[in-house]
Amino acid sequence: MARYVLFHIAKCVVLLLAVSFLCFALVNASPIDPVQANLGQAAYINMDPEKRAELAAYWGVDAPLWESYANWLGGVVQGDWGISLRYNAPVLQVIAERTANTLMLMAVAWVVSGLLGFALGIAAALHRDGWIDRTIKGYCYLLAATPTFWLAMIFLLCFSVLLPIFPIGFSLPIGVNSSEATLLDALHHLALPAITLSLVGVANIALHTREKTIDVLESDYVRFSRMRGLSPAEALRNGCWRNLLLPALTLQFASISEIFGGSVLVEEVFSYPGLGQAAVTAALGGDVALLAGIAVISAVLVFGGNLAANILYGVIDPRIRRGQSESGKSARGGVGSDVGSARGSRPPRRMNGQRFTEQNEAGGRG
Amino acid sequence: MAEIARTQAPVAPAAQAQVEQTTLFHEPRSLSRLTSNRKVLLVTVIGALAVLALIIVAGTLATPAAQETDFARRDLAPSLAHPFGCDWLGRDMFLRTLAGLSLSIRIGLLAAAVSALISLVLGTIAAMGSRVVDGAVTWLIDLMMGVPHLVLLILISYALGKGFWGVTVGIALTHWASLTRVVRAEVLQCRQSPYIAVAQKLGASRLRIVAKHIVPFVFPQFLVGFILLFPHAILHEAAITFLGFGLPPELPALGNILSESMTYLSTGMWWLAVFPGLSLIATVLLFDLAGGALRKIVDARTNQE
Repeated sequence: MARYVLFHIAKCVVLLLAVSFLCFALVNASPIDPVQANLGQAAYINMDPEKRAELAAYWGVDAPLWESYANWLGGVVQGDWGISLRYNAPVLQVIAERTANTLMLMAVAWVVSGLLGFALGIAAALHRDGWIDRTIKGYCYLLAATPTFWLAMIFLLCFSVLLPIFPIGFSLPIGVNSSEATLLDALHHLALPAITLSLVGVANIALHTREKTIDVLESDYVRFSRMRGLSPAEALRNGCWRNLLLPALTLQFASISEIFGGSVLVEEVFSYPGLGQAAVTAALGGDVALLAGIAVISAVLVFGGNLAANILYGVIDPRIRRGQSESGKSARGGVGSDVGSARGSRPPRRMNGQRFTEQNEAGGRG
Repeated sequence: MAEIARTQAPVAPAAQAQVEQTTLFHEPRSLSRLTSNRKVLLVTVIGALAVLALIIVAGTLATPAAQETDFARRDLAPSLAHPFGCDWLGRDMFLRTLAGLSLSIRIGLLAAAVSALISLVLGTIAAMGSRVVDGAVTWLIDLMMGVPHLVLLILISYALGKGFWGVTVGIALTHWASLTRVVRAEVLQCRQSPYIAVAQKLGASRLRIVAKHIVPFVFPQFLVGFILLFPHAILHEAAITFLGFGLPPELPALGNILSESMTYLSTGMWWLAVFPGLSLIATVLLFDLAGGALRKIVDARTNQE
């Protein structure tokens, strides 16, 4: 077990290094000159060429990518993430201030969408092909086709402009010091973004749970329970829900990437001061250090989710652990894992039926 | 299935009799239902694709008219003459939406095609290549899945200096991962089949096997995956343009239209946001419909369920 956990942690660390390099390389490939960007136009023009060259050396403009990456990584490990140009503060401080807001938003959305989606999925499967099922399915497909930012705008229009129940944006009332604001204020401002994000997240998990529940309801052990006189709902309650909970939980952990993407959009619409909004501001303003920092943080969040899902699977399902040591192939985090790891054995037929719904849903939409 | 059983009949009369019997038992109902079902599905696919083609053509034609400003019709609410209303410059929102949709679909088409091609190549290489190659591709997929899509899109778009190429390259480079997994699993399944083993024993080269047997086997599923990539591509294009990293603001892209309408939300000009958004949803649903119907045609198993 310890080996299994260590293996996954090691894999995550290697991937994280690669991701950080990718982010760093992308940010540095931009045509925007970091010296100019970090000084501002006026200061740059008034500076003599010697000073410019000195600064260029400091920012590592002429150094090869590998070298500047190594410098940056060294700084990151020591807690020096650079200075944010836009917010005029250390990157780490800016991120720390905003992480709390974003995490709160994401956590609420994660829990609410998970629970709601799970319940809706089971309800749909229990009333398969009935009007409840059709309504839930239609709702999910419609939601999957809806742009997150548009839904956020519509909510803003309905519940802040036309019907002023919720504030129009920000995380606290305007003109109120953050130390004076009450928890109620914070929740009041959090509500609408969180509702938007939760509703968007429901579609994926509900459709997936519905498929799984239908599978379980057709299994032999449920048939046996039914023969003993239990209703489908009772049969589910009597022991199947664990079988449903595990894949749902895995999927929900894997969806952190999507929730983060959604939070970027929602935060932008609601002017909610979180990481996503900071990322957009940084990228629009050429704030290289902050952009790279936030990209790495978002990757850490996603990897944390995948790691949790993998470990959870290993803890609960011993078959995964065994499969791991036998084939040396990892059960990759996320939905596609059982489809992908079938080297040498024909994937089960049922899987084939599902593959495109998975592919369709797992990709994450704006 | 019944037709296949009959065409194969001369090979083994005994087996034929047995198959005929079982199929005859089911034939009248299931066969007629299947064919009518297939017809409906085919009509759905063709109809959806035709509507989408119509949007592209109409939108392209409407683009010059969509940029026309006329202050006489400034801030008009929706009416029969202007079904989606007019904006603060007196531009007809219906024409703008149409132009924006056609722009989005064309970008989505380009990006999804490139993305699908990448996934076909990588998926086949992973499944047919050595263990190391497979591991490398799998690792690459994990890498791509590691950063949230939207953040990666922002990064790529920023690295390319924003604009048209920023979005298109970004979407093309971020959407191949999930389809690659599907292609890889399909090829792995196909690789087990006896006819591949026979081809190998007959001395066919690996490249020939891939070209003659594997790609045709994977192709139908690949096509479905390709069509189902469009909705993602379009929604992401709209999102990234909305955030300000995508198409330049002077183009009537849907992301730009919606981002501009944000400013006017608080003044109660709801039609600026509502109608373009609804038409975007309708377009995405059309693609979903076409993809779903095509999948049912290609994959008879799910159709039976």
